[in-house]
Amino acid sequence: MEFAELIKTPRVDGVVLHRPFLPTVEGTLCLTGHHLILSSRQDNTEELWLLHANIDAIEKRFIGSLGTIIVKCKDLRIIQLDIPGMEECLNIANSIEALSTLDSVSLMYPFFYRPMFEVIEDGWNLFLPEEAFKELESMTDEWRLSEVNKDFSICPSYPALVTVPKDIDDDSLCKAATFRHGGRFPVLSYYHKKNGMVIMRASQPLTGTSGRRCKEDEKLINATLRAGKRGYIIDTRTIAVAQQAKARGGGFEQEANYPQWRRIHKAIERTNILQESLIKIVEACNDHSNSMDRWLSKLEASNWQSQVKEILTTACLAAQCIDREGASVLVHGTEGTDSTLQVTSLAQIILEPACRTVRGFQALVEREWLQAGHPFQQRCAQSAYSNEKLRSEAPVFLLFLDCVWQILRQFPCSFQFNEHFLVMLFEHTYASQFGTFLGTTAAERVKLKLSQKTVSLWSWVNRPQELERFLNPLYEPNSLVIWPSVAPQSLLLWEGVFLRWNRSTKCLDEAYEEMVHIIEYNKELQLKVNSLRRQLAELETEDALPQTP
Amino acid sequence: LKHLRLPHVEYVKLLDRYGKESTIGTLYLTATHLIYVEQDNHTRKETWVLHHHISSVEKLSLTVSGCPLLIHCKTFQRLHLLLPRERDTQDVYQSLIRLCQPVSEDELYAFLYNPNQTEAERRDGWDLIDMATDFSRMGLPNEFWDISSINSSYELCSTYPSLLGIPKTATVATVTGSAKFRSRGRLPALSYYHKDTKAAVCRCSQPLSGLSSRCVEDEQMLKCINDANPHCPFIYVVDTRPKLNAMANRAAGKGYENEENYPNIRFHFQGIDNIHVMRSSLQKLLESPTMSDYLVGLESSGWLRHIKSVMDAGVFLAKAVCDEGASVLVHCSDGWDRTAQVCSLACVLLDPYYRTIKGLMVLIEREWISFGHKFNHRCGHLEGNPKEVSPVFTQFVECVWHLCEQFPCAFQFNESYLLIIHDHVYACQYGNFIGNCQREQQEMRLRERTFSLWPYLLQNQAEFQNPLYKRATHNTVLRPSTLPLHFKFWCGMYNRYDKGMQPRQSVVNTLLALTLRHTQEQKTMTELQRLAVVDGILPGPIGTVSLPPDQNGCPRTTPTTSFGQSNGDCTSVSTCAGGKEDSGLEMSSQKEAEGSSATEHELQTKTDKPVSMVTQKEKVTESL
Repeated sequence: MEFAELIKTPRVDGVVLHRPFLPTVEGTLCLTGHHLILSSRQDNTEELWLLHANIDAIEKRFIGSLGTIIVKCKDLRIIQLDIPGMEECLNIANSIEALSTLDSVSLMYPFFYRPMFEVIEDGWNLFLPEEAFKELESMTDEWRLSEVNKDFSICPSYPALVTVPKDIDDDSLCKAATFRHGGRFPVLSYYHKKNGMVIMRASQPLTGTSGRRCKEDEKLINATLRAGKRGYIIDTRTIAVAQQAKARGGGFEQEANYPQWRRIHKAIERTNILQESLIKIVEACNDHSNSMDRWLSKLEASNWQSQVKEILTTACLAAQCIDREGASVLVHGTEGTDSTLQVTSLAQIILEPACRTVRGFQALVEREWLQAGHPFQQRCAQSAYSNEKLRSEAPVFLLFLDCVWQILRQFPCSFQFNEHFLVMLFEHTYASQFGTFLGTTAAERVKLKLSQKTVSLWSWVNRPQELERFLNPLYEPNSLVIWPSVAPQSLLLWEGVFLRWNRSTKCLDEAYEEMVHIIEYNKELQLKVNSLRRQLAELETEDALPQTP
Repeated sequence: LKHLRLPHVEYVKLLDRYGKESTIGTLYLTATHLIYVEQDNHTRKETWVLHHHISSVEKLSLTVSGCPLLIHCKTFQRLHLLLPRERDTQDVYQSLIRLCQPVSEDELYAFLYNPNQTEAERRDGWDLIDMATDFSRMGLPNEFWDISSINSSYELCSTYPSLLGIPKTATVATVTGSAKFRSRGRLPALSYYHKDTKAAVCRCSQPLSGLSSRCVEDEQMLKCINDANPHCPFIYVVDTRPKLNAMANRAAGKGYENEENYPNIRFHFQGIDNIHVMRSSLQKLLESPTMSDYLVGLESSGWLRHIKSVMDAGVFLAKAVCDEGASVLVHCSDGWDRTAQVCSLACVLLDPYYRTIKGLMVLIEREWISFGHKFNHRCGHLEGNPKEVSPVFTQFVECVWHLCEQFPCAFQFNESYLLIIHDHVYACQYGNFIGNCQREQQEMRLRERTFSLWPYLLQNQAEFQNPLYKRATHNTVLRPSTLPLHFKFWCGMYNRYDKGMQPRQSVVNTLLALTLRHTQEQKTMTELQRLAVVDGILPGPIGTVSLPPDQNGCPRTTPTTSFGQSNGDCTSVSTCAGGKEDSGLEMSSQKEAEGSSATEHELQTKTDKPVSMVTQKEKVTESL
């Protein structure tokens, strides 16, 4: 299919762009296969380049022959375009609608994007499972890297290589896989250096109403326990939901069959409820006619903050089991691709200082989200404004980022990256020129040949000139476990995402710059003092030399 | 000391916010403080609570583990104690009830307290803030405004200051006539003069207009205020009350200005609720934050709605003065609560001076103390009518905090400055906030018998500095957003003593520590350079590091704040990992409990505390 077929009017002059808190721009609007561009064709003025993929919904209005298109983006921004001429306006609107809802992955912009920079370090090769396993091997010999899923037939949503207990052979893995939803048998998620405890993750066991059991599954997870030790199973669903799952063939681990494990149920909501929550909170944040009471009640009704609280609480629980109780943990919900990953990845941020660095966090996203089979493409197909029928969209990853932000806010000096880094990741999961978040599983990414045909987000982010913006000037490596507070008073609305387009950032940017300035100045001073000290010391030794021949 | 029934009780448990985790220690009662000392093998932690800070003491019903006593403080601290014996509990309860509500002014802490100052220092301390100086900073007197001593003996208005800014054209007859037509004689007087636009913010109380009364002198007075601003043909008259309340007052012979009788006024209601609504709103706010329906509680308390209404009124004033160049006359009923809030907030918005450490003192001294905000009644310093107590000043402090959040570089001070001022308003340790008006303060001879808070704050200003302050870029009016979504719950105030809820690392303190280091490094640098020149590495006195000029013109002396990394504390998982259906809820409250008992100050960290507390401590240790 040619994009040109979808573009009836590629260019309109005299279009006026309105954006909140920015001056209006008048210029020429151009549509290309992947972008909506507005340029005033004057020097020193900003151009608008908007990926069609970033457009979540549009609305059109007419007053006489002046048409107006309201463009609502997946990054939650809302802009307005005034387009002279009814026909032009209709054509533009139709094209945007068509181009922003293309279904085929291979038509996505990342397959067309050619970087204007030299790729020094290819992000596609940065976080290979083999490398991660080498690191694990240096700490323990209790685990092995299994190729049982190398053709993705045992579990289509798992990567080709998974880390499993050394004593469990591939045959057992195959059998255990048949007992778990989608074949997601228990695999290693995190190894806690300090005491050798681990977080494993899986999907729900297929016990059904008849209470089926699977010896291999039991053996597999018991193999992770030290002699005489007990572990915890954290089921991210309430007991009621888990019970209901039995009727559909799912279920949970029965105490009788897993006597060494203690099961805890939490209440992280399912994906469709999370999406509703997102729609409501965005609606509340964008409605400026609210009175105080109405705003608070809408914020409450959105339940967004409760979701954040529940996810963080569960992650804290998992981390507590590991660090305080010295017990290993198995985490799962239903499919093991959403709430499970929120919990395992957040627990690692709490426990493992390395995950709070830029590279460590990228590795975590690769390991716990991309390779672990979080279906980014489905979850991020629509954002908060879309009028389309919901399929399986859900802000699962955004909630994870929100939780990370909450911890970052409580420990502002313990993260190497800053809030901008998290916001950037949020943007790129919904629309990007990079291939990193395309596809739903590792298998699909291999099939799409993403690593050959597209550029990795990390290749771009890790360039020093880009990275600079994302570094936290306050960072001091903190080797401790960091326990966030989950009291509702401690959890704030993430203004950087939800109020981003509803406020002027001038004063906040100014404060950030001032902070950077203070820190930079401090470094500079110290350097100068040290260098002077050194010079003086050298001089003194020189002076001393002739006296000691 | 006669009210002390029991000097100390041993084996007292201090429970955390959720009534769970507890520590064992000894409870001491002194003439001025309640002290809880927690002692195990290595640490000795002390929690000091000033009796004046205690707002209520409750005896809860007996439990198997002891007799509970719940103490609420005006600083939003909360102590849940468990005493071993019923009789002791009763004695402690009786003592505290008596001690936290003194009957006579002489019992207030300020009359005992001496920060080791000489008489000369005391006098200088009280002279630090002077109204005449502030008037001259505004450029007054000038061709339009006079600084009048017509109220020097407080005969014109007993609750007003002795010095009043009055329009030059207003005759004595006009002024006295207008005072008679205003509730409690609180006539229109100058609050703030905006040099750039020549517009003024004036304040008064409601007119005694009733249903149809009028007063020529009062009408003349408003005309004089109008005439004092040559650039604008009208003045705004802002009644900060809801219209309904103002109308109800008419029946009682009070009310509001009738636009037909007053030439060239534009009348506005602002809809800020009265002290009783505010009091019960705060009560709800403090009760509500239970875990599950935190936002519901926040909404139903109405607290942020009230904060927004004060802020909206302040913004209205600032806009009128700055954008329209119009003078504004503000009143509510008596003109000492809402009027004080709104006028002082407008000053913070309009004038960068009031965003400095010294400037805020001047503002509080003028708009609150000298214009007769009834601190004794509103703070409940003495035993009295509980219906007079209301968090009016707290709301003003919160509004300033919201502005600090929206404009992080516009204020010279940081959050802890607001908190310490708030603490001292209730503490009665210094004389500033004792009494209901200037006249009462003079009658009590506060300047001779007590000390002023302001010098103490100035001496310790290093720890109140906002490291991000950039005066140069914020030298004009502030234009805050008052959309509801820009207001948030002030955890740093209302949950200040729940340390677990606060961020574990503080950006402000980190940056303060860095700026402190700058000063030291600069000293080292100078010294090294001197050596280097002596040794001949550097050729003479060049090559000095260019230091950025201290833009705030204020000495960056040693902040006492230290910064350290910490991690939280965490409760054991075993108590809640029961696999129960509702274990989620239990678990979450367990988590939230972490660190919430950390209300203690360690004895060693004297630097964090007001000098006074340390002195007092020595006294107490002797008496123990």
